[in-house]
Amino acid sequence: MSNRIQATFAQLHSRGEKALIPYIMAGDPTLAMTESLVLALEQGGADLIELGVPFSDPIADGPVIQQAAERALHSGTTLKNILATVSNLRKKTSIPLILMTYYNSLMAMGIKDFCANAVDAGVDGLIVPDLPPEESDLLYRTTQAAGGPVSIFLLAPTSTAERRRAVIQRSHGFIYYVSLTGITGAKLTDLSRVRQSVQQLQRASRTPVAVGFGIASADQAREVGQFADGVIIGSALVRYISEHHSAPTFLFDIQGMAQQWKSALVPVAAQPSTIHSQKA
Amino acid sequence: MAKIPNKHGRFGQFGGMYVPEILMPAIHELEQAYRAAKQSRPFQQELRDCLKHFVGRPTSLFFAERLTKTLGGAKIYLKREDLCHTGAHKINNTVGQALLTRRMKKKRVIAETGAGQHGVAVATVAAMFGLEAEIYMGTEDMERQALNVFRMRLLGSKVTGVHAGSRTLKDAISEAMRDWTTNISTTHYLLGSVLGAHPYPMMIRDFQSVIGRETRKQILALEGRLPHCLVACVGGGSNSIGLFYPFVKDTQVKMVGVEAGGYGIKSGKHAARFAGGKPGVLHGTMTYLLQNEDGQVNPTHSVSAGLDYPAVGPEHSYYHDTGRIRYTSATDAEALTAFDLLAKEEGIIPALESAHAVAEVVKLAPTMKKSQILIMNLSGRGDKDVQQLAKMRGIPL
Repeated sequence: MSNRIQATFAQLHSRGEKALIPYIMAGDPTLAMTESLVLALEQGGADLIELGVPFSDPIADGPVIQQAAERALHSGTTLKNILATVSNLRKKTSIPLILMTYYNSLMAMGIKDFCANAVDAGVDGLIVPDLPPEESDLLYRTTQAAGGPVSIFLLAPTSTAERRRAVIQRSHGFIYYVSLTGITGAKLTDLSRVRQSVQQLQRASRTPVAVGFGIASADQAREVGQFADGVIIGSALVRYISEHHSAPTFLFDIQGMAQQWKSALVPVAAQPSTIHSQKA
Repeated sequence: MAKIPNKHGRFGQFGGMYVPEILMPAIHELEQAYRAAKQSRPFQQELRDCLKHFVGRPTSLFFAERLTKTLGGAKIYLKREDLCHTGAHKINNTVGQALLTRRMKKKRVIAETGAGQHGVAVATVAAMFGLEAEIYMGTEDMERQALNVFRMRLLGSKVTGVHAGSRTLKDAISEAMRDWTTNISTTHYLLGSVLGAHPYPMMIRDFQSVIGRETRKQILALEGRLPHCLVACVGGGSNSIGLFYPFVKDTQVKMVGVEAGGYGIKSGKHAARFAGGKPGVLHGTMTYLLQNEDGQVNPTHSVSAGLDYPAVGPEHSYYHDTGRIRYTSATDAEALTAFDLLAKEEGIIPALESAHAVAEVVKLAPTMKKSQILIMNLSGRGDKDVQQLAKMRGIPL
């Protein structure tokens, strides 16, 4: 199965770059802002974007993303109107978009309907943090039949060899390596173990490995980018959005942040010398 | 009947293991440890000893003579789980899991609590086994159950308030799961009801089944026959499954689970999952869940903190769909009336949770023949609720 996610990683690989994958909570503060944020992040150099689907009881998330979900729900965000937002975005951009959603939101829509709607809207990938491989048969089969979105599973430092094999077999976009045993927004301390695990995965599979949880600065992104195929930045960005979204230069600043992160993931010789101009 | 749950932790379509990848190895470790313990004679012997000498089992099966006369129908027996150490059935499970924690060589337990009964039961066994304990509790529940908060602290546990979401049981569970995710190698999550990912619903059912096993023996000794009907309240559903499970194959024994009707089903402010919910996934398991059309979990209401939870144990969902157990609800008002009735007729102050079961007995017993036997699980005593009741009735203490 060929898809935008694989194509993007292949292009990056050929240029010696690593993928910048920002995570934002859809609908925080509004879905209109989510649209602008996706475009600003892309302008700044994001390669793929994760859109969080807000859930009332997000067990894998720390306080920053929990609160973002509460704000998004408060602004009336639903899976349905997130898909409509993706549809709109598809008129303006072809950047790979990945939904990160708890399983109950998919069940409520109906797994089959969700897959059909997601393909129509142009969603490329799907991360379901409370759906380990052993519970994923129905969703996996249905996405295969619908021709998308591709499944992205998580692996953690605690995952056994057997679990790594199951995830490698089922991941078609990239493998999401959780850098620490904890929730989103926790502090990342031991990078050498992360490096070891990621390299082990890369030897076992051709699927790109992106690392997330605890990466909060361009310096950390640079370090992780030394070995991982992609770097996911979530809580740090979500916190920035919650604190600064009403600033007049907000979107420009977001673009600048993305640029800074991306420059940490590009070989030094290929660093862009001029700043991209912001799209209106 | 096929064995339930199956090896994947499924009760029909319900149950399963819907947890983040980080937790999966711990879940598997727990399942293996539990299966081994179940087969281990020394473990089972130690469990029996603890239940006998520390918890005070067997609890009595008490003939409620005055209540029987007043209601004028079935002969009513009360299974007196309120007489367990710490005042509720919760300790049957915490003793079992504490022994298991020790077997897994973990030194720290965490738990959630709603009414505080489970929290107190955890704090108690943690003290007895020398484990470090941290208990998560919604701040709204901490207010409603201040006495139990103090009690847990007296026992040496750390009680951590949860301000997120609705600040009740469900948020306490989410927070405990986050703690577990973070401290997985040192910590056992001592879940308090037949909820969560496999193996919890199975394991906790097994630990609580001592209630039904004793009841079965006791009623056969007292009456020489099985009861016609069993009644128990259903929050997560551990006291009810504990009573019901050893009778599941006795198809002549009817079973009624009583959920919290809050202000009434029509008001939307209740915790009656079978009246207002549909299958979904929360906290690791697929089960009936109170949710809106987008799958967001609905806020619940019950006068009783222990029943105030939007999902129900997956095994109950299975028995609901197969029709083996009938589920109904009692409103706050009905439970409060029943609370007074039991106090005045039998000299037993029930927990507000158990009062929901009493309310169903009040409805059901008069419709039954005098020759029929009804057994109700009196899951806990009401001392913890006395303060809240005084406040509701405007009586300064």
